[in-house]
This record gives sequence, C-alpha cells and structure tokens, in this order.
Amino acid sequence: MLIALAVLTLLVLAASIRYGAIDFSVAQISHALTSLYPGQPEPTLDQRIFLELRLPRAIMCLLVGASLGVGGTLMQALFRNPIVEPSLVGTSSGAAFGSALFFVLGGVLHIGTSLFALPVAACMGGVLSTYLVFLLARSREDGRASIVMLLLTGLAVNALFMSSIGFLQYLARDPQARSITFWSLGTLSGASWKAVEIVSISTVAGALIALRYAKQLNALMIGEEEATYLGVNVNRLKWIILSVNVVIVAVATAFTGVISFVGLIVPHILRMIGGADNRYLIVASALTGATLLTLADLLARIVVRPAELPIGIVTSAVGVPVFILLLRRRQYVF
Amino acid sequence: MLTANNITFAVGQKRLIEDISVSFGPGKLHLLIGPNGAGKSTLIKVLARLLRPQNGSIHYEGVDIRDAREADLAKHRAVLSQAIEVAFPLTVREVVMMGRYPHFGGRPGPADESIVDEVMAHFDVTEFSARDYQTLSGGERQRVNFARVLGQLWRDGHENRSQDGSSRPTCRYLFLDEPLTFLDIRHQIDFMKKVREFTNLPDVVTVGVVHDLNLATRFADQLVLLDGGRVIAHGAPAVVLTQDNIRKVFTVEPTFIPAKHSAMHIIFD
Repeated sequence: MLIALAVLTLLVLAASIRYGAIDFSVAQISHALTSLYPGQPEPTLDQRIFLELRLPRAIMCLLVGASLGVGGTLMQALFRNPIVEPSLVGTSSGAAFGSALFFVLGGVLHIGTSLFALPVAACMGGVLSTYLVFLLARSREDGRASIVMLLLTGLAVNALFMSSIGFLQYLARDPQARSITFWSLGTLSGASWKAVEIVSISTVAGALIALRYAKQLNALMIGEEEATYLGVNVNRLKWIILSVNVVIVAVATAFTGVISFVGLIVPHILRMIGGADNRYLIVASALTGATLLTLADLLARIVVRPAELPIGIVTSAVGVPVFILLLRRRQYVF
Repeated sequence: MLTANNITFAVGQKRLIEDISVSFGPGKLHLLIGPNGAGKSTLIKVLARLLRPQNGSIHYEGVDIRDAREADLAKHRAVLSQAIEVAFPLTVREVVMMGRYPHFGGRPGPADESIVDEVMAHFDVTEFSARDYQTLSGGERQRVNFARVLGQLWRDGHENRSQDGSSRPTCRYLFLDEPLTFLDIRHQIDFMKKVREFTNLPDVVTVGVVHDLNLATRFADQLVLLDGGRVIAHGAPAVVLTQDNIRKVFTVEPTFIPAKHSAMHIIFD
C-alpha cells in the first residue's frame, strides 16, 4: 500500500519535471543532472532552467504537499473530526499574513528579507491566528471548542487575515504588491533551492515527530478520557501535535502562500482505502499530499501555458466541491 | 490493595466528594451505589487518577499515585466507561488492540495479538472482528470495550487462570463506570459474571458503579453507599442495604424478599 503510493509519487514527480512552460526530454534531464558532476561542461541555458527552476519547484511541491497532507491528518486526529484542516482553523492565513507583513516591513524598514527570517515570521502569524481561533471558539461552559464554533470562528479569522493581506497590498508599492498577492492565492513559482532546504527540514522533522505520536493519536480516537486511561498524557500530546502542525504548515505557507483543501481531502481518501490507523495515515498522507499537490501544480502550469495559474486556485476548485460533499454526508458528528 | 485517605474533590466551590477514606482489597468485587449526584463516577475517576483530588491521597499497594506517569499507570490500571464514541471508522479488532497500547512500543507483538484473540473470544465479539465499530449497537460496543479493557489488564493465559496466588506480581486495578447502561438483562448478568470471574483472581482489585441494587446485591462482595459526596455505609450487601439506609438515601420504600442466587431481593414501592 505505502509502496504503491511511493511509486505513484515518483511517477507524478517524473511527469512534473518533464512538462511545463517548456518540456524537457529524458535525455535533456539526464544531461542536466550529469552536468552537476565536477569536470563536466558548464550547463547550457536550458539545463540551467531545469536545474534552477523546474527541479527545485518539483521538490518544493512534494515537500509542501507532504506538509499539508500531514497537517490535515494531525488536525483531524486532534479534533477527532474529519472536516478540519490547517487552512480552515486559520493557521494558513495567519502564516501568509505573517510572511506578507514581514515582507512589506522588511522593504520599508530596510531590514532585508532573509530567507530564514521569513518562515519565523510565518510561524508567528500561524501561531497568532490559530491561537485566536481557539480562544474565540472555546465555549464558556466547559472550555471546549465545538466543531461548528471552530469552523465559524476559523472562517471569521481567515477573513480577517486575508483582508489584512489585502490591506498590506494596498499600502505596498507596486513591485511588492505583486509578490503579496502570491501569499493569498498560493503558488510554487517562487521555489528556490534555499527554500527547499528550509521546508525539507520542517517537513521531515515534523512528520517524524508526528509518527512518534501516531499511536497516542490513535488512542485519542476513542476519546480524551479513554486515551488517558490508555496511558496518554493528553495535554502534552495536544501541545506537541498542535505545535508540529503550526510549524510545518506555516513554513510551507511562507514560501508558497495559502493552499487550501489538500489537508482536508488527503486523509479522507486514505481513510477510505486503508483505514484510520494514524501510523499508516501519517506516512500515507505525506506521500499522497505530495502526489496530489504535484498533480495540481502540473495542471496549473499546463492549462494556460506558457503562463500559469496560482496553484491555490486549482486546489480550491477541486477541494471546495469535495468539502461540501463531505459536509452534506450526515454520518459526521458535530 | 487500593487505599484512599481523606480525599476531597471539588469543582469550583462545589465538593463532589468530601473526605472519603476507603480501601479496596484484591479478589473481591466492590461496587459503589447511591443516587444520582452522589459522587460515584467522580470517586471512580479520582481512584483511577483521571481527576486529581484537592485533598487526600490514593495509594496502589502503598505507592502514592499522584505523580505516577500515565504510561506506567496504564499497564495495570484500566477503566471501562459508558458510551464510547469512535471518531473515525475503526475495525472492532483495532479498538480491542488499543487495550494493548500501554504494553508495546511501535507494533503489537505476538503476545499482544494472541491476548486480543483471547479476550475477543471471551466476550463473544470475534465475529465482529473486521466490522466497523461505528456500525455496532450500543450493547455490542460495550462488549467490545469490555474486551479492550480486560485486554489491557490481561496477563498471559497461565497467570490469568492460576487461582493459587503463588506468584503475585503487582495488583491490577479494574474500574467500571456504569458499565451496564446499554446492555439488555441477559448481557447485564453475563457481564457481571465475567467481572466476578476476573475479580476472583488473587491480584485483581475491582471497583465499579452499578445502578441496579439487585444486581449489586447479587454480585458484590462489598458495597459502598454514597450520598452527597460522602460514604454513608460500607460493607457486605445485607449490612449496607438496610431498610433505613435505602429510605434515607433513595427516598423510596423497600420490601425485602428472599432470592435464589442472592442474599435478598429488593422491591421498591
């Protein structure tokens, strides 16, 4: 099962590095790759396009897809509900706002927009918005957030942060404004090797930590009290999982903007084929998230080529109908 | 042996249980009875360390459990609650296997697999093994959960059946919080018999909450009558369920008649 998913991921990756604004043949790709070895002739322009634009973008896509898939799985496990995902509880829009704010302030105050400071700003935005959603969604009586309150509050907080991004856009001077749009729509066109490095650290570390707690997340499926009786320190687990989730989603969002619905759909499909065991779900959702986002990116690059669509538009176009379908199925407990 | 000394648990200003001192020995079935709001469930949760009392201490075999790690406690303490909802489609076997979670790291070992087989057969749920837990009826779910909870405390087959008490590792603590709620009368009796049988093991301490006074009388060795968060009476059923106590605590008028399997049968007017 996991092997089949991994093979599928590799196939989609292969398609993703071949096709786009310009297509590369297998021979061109292998020449480009061999030109990296010392002693080989300098890469040609085409080879450099492949090595410096296409390849990091394809790998970025895998990493971001994996982050969003795992993020969705973690959120759903934590809230014991299959219709939450990072972009619905504010994490993504907060992270996008953090990045945009940092970008604009960096320009105005001449701090310089270092690639390492950007994810930190995104994490701060992600923490702020997620915290805000939980704070506002918590009911007065038992201190717990009902899922309806959570979704509605998420909606409001999302709107707030999205319009804040719009406001920044309004304030910013023209070249900046164009880059800010990118955070609200989501795109992978800005991928670079530096960004790949940073996102790969958060994705791999986050997924490994999540996997370590997969069994405890399973126990949570039968309730918080029962999980405690099965030896889980529930409060600690919640903190760890929420932190992992905010970090992996915010770091990915810092470089790609808000990409919705991947985290919602991926765990869903996987539960239908392989069951709800989180030990399987975390690995599989990393692979499937990577595959789906790569497909979406391929679509975004091919449909209007040589131009491209923001990937957030593609994932929303596919994700919204699925989300509505899920909402209308009554088997979910609210 | 479980001992509780002067425990008080309050939410805000309201004391749900107040200054309770009791001890429960192994090999006997202890049931808590009392009217709604008497503090039975709270006491179970405090004894099982889900809730931490503001005052007093609880010892499992002389060891204070206040600061015990959840993971260590879960190896020899299990709790059966009522009405467990599962958020995602899980098979019955996956739910039962959760009982073994405290005992293995990443993947279940062969011993865990065979224990799960054993408890599932014991509770007659083997046929549901691959079914989605969410599709079961309330009573079926309760049996699955009982299998899970006993699986958590199960030691290997030999140890479980030996009644001689020759090897006595640390006690196992089983708590039952209104386990009979969704069961029909046949399964209620069947269930209590299984609890009884498990409790006969020399290292098992069982404390439960049961509403039906007649079932309690029939199966318990010791009853604890609670009212308003305090212990009103503690002892053998015939000692605790006197006409005076029932009248005072439940405000109903009992009539006692002789019964075949039990010390007495109580009819309420």
